[in-house]
Amino acid sequence: MSELGILLEIAISALLICGAFFTLVGSIGLIKLDNCMSRLHAPTKASTLGVGSLLLASMIYAFMTGEGSVHEVLVMAFLFVTAPISGNFIAKVNLHRGRGTDALQPVPSDQVWGTYSEK
Amino acid sequence: MILIALNIAFVAIALSLLLAMIRLLKGPNTGDRILALDTMVVNSIALIILLGMRLGTQIYFESAMIFAMLGFVSTVAVARFVLRGDIIE
Amino acid sequence: MLSRLLPHPFLTALLAIVWSLLVNEIKLGTIVFGVFLGLLIPIATAAYWPNRPPVGRPVKLFSYMMIVVWDILVANVVVAMIVLFKSNKDMRPKWVVIPLELRTPEAITMLAGTITLTPGTVSADLSEDGKALLVHALDAENADDVCADIKHRYERRLKEIFE
Repeated sequence: MSELGILLEIAISALLICGAFFTLVGSIGLIKLDNCMSRLHAPTKASTLGVGSLLLASMIYAFMTGEGSVHEVLVMAFLFVTAPISGNFIAKVNLHRGRGTDALQPVPSDQVWGTYSEK
Repeated sequence: MILIALNIAFVAIALSLLLAMIRLLKGPNTGDRILALDTMVVNSIALIILLGMRLGTQIYFESAMIFAMLGFVSTVAVARFVLRGDIIE
Repeated sequence: MLSRLLPHPFLTALLAIVWSLLVNEIKLGTIVFGVFLGLLIPIATAAYWPNRPPVGRPVKLFSYMMIVVWDILVANVVVAMIVLFKSNKDMRPKWVVIPLELRTPEAITMLAGTITLTPGTVSADLSEDGKALLVHALDAENADDVCADIKHRYERRLKEIFE
């Protein structure tokens, strides 16, 4: 096997391991953290990057085996664009359901927040 | 080498699916359950991609794409339902 | 005339690129059909979003995105370390209020998305009058530092791009 092939193999394996590690960290955070807003942190960031890394590995692998493919970029872009939005929605759900209970730290009240607005 | 890395990745992602499932069953708040579902969707996308690499085909890609889109839309729909009691106003 | 044929030029380019990526091959036919779709869809949907989103400086937007990508990579290592090696008792989760100087909805959306994807912060809510952002920090010693960091690193750049 050529030099380039070995380098590519190492790159793919490293990306796969990194992606799997970050995805796992996202889920460990989901289990381990004790506060419903803290739990939001791990999956929104770590899992998204983990899957992004796996997609990158898949893309390089497709190029290595000869049938180049770039459509993984679409899934990657889609995930990175939508992760903040779903994170924001879940944060709003937490704010809405956890208002005044122990599950949520008290929210600073110097502003009227959108979720609590009466309009 | 790639095969070993692929197998490790399979195990890690199956494990994280399991952890997300535990949070889904346990999760004290509605927000936690929605978050666990969202995480499970992202993890299943990862599994589909890995399966595609393992079998050396591209045909699973479309299902990963559809999972990504439906996962986002259903997360937003459930969250909106909890927030407003209605999905389409 | 041109603005009626091309209501959203960026959307046209984006649709053409997305179509080529979906088909997953670069051929003349694919690109032509992608451009055709890119011309048709904006015209058909123009009635639903009449305002063209302002993008002042595409080059600066690109460099901003590069900074954000780098920060996402760093953020993930930081968050992974916090999640794996810090016990729940030592964690100092905090709410941070960020007074906004940005006024354009697009810029605020981008700022909120950036905050969610970067180190230990998730944007949770916008105030009723749109002048402050509620941010949750996973592990912060001082709320003012987080606020100053976000304002300096991201909001200043977005202000240059959009306003």
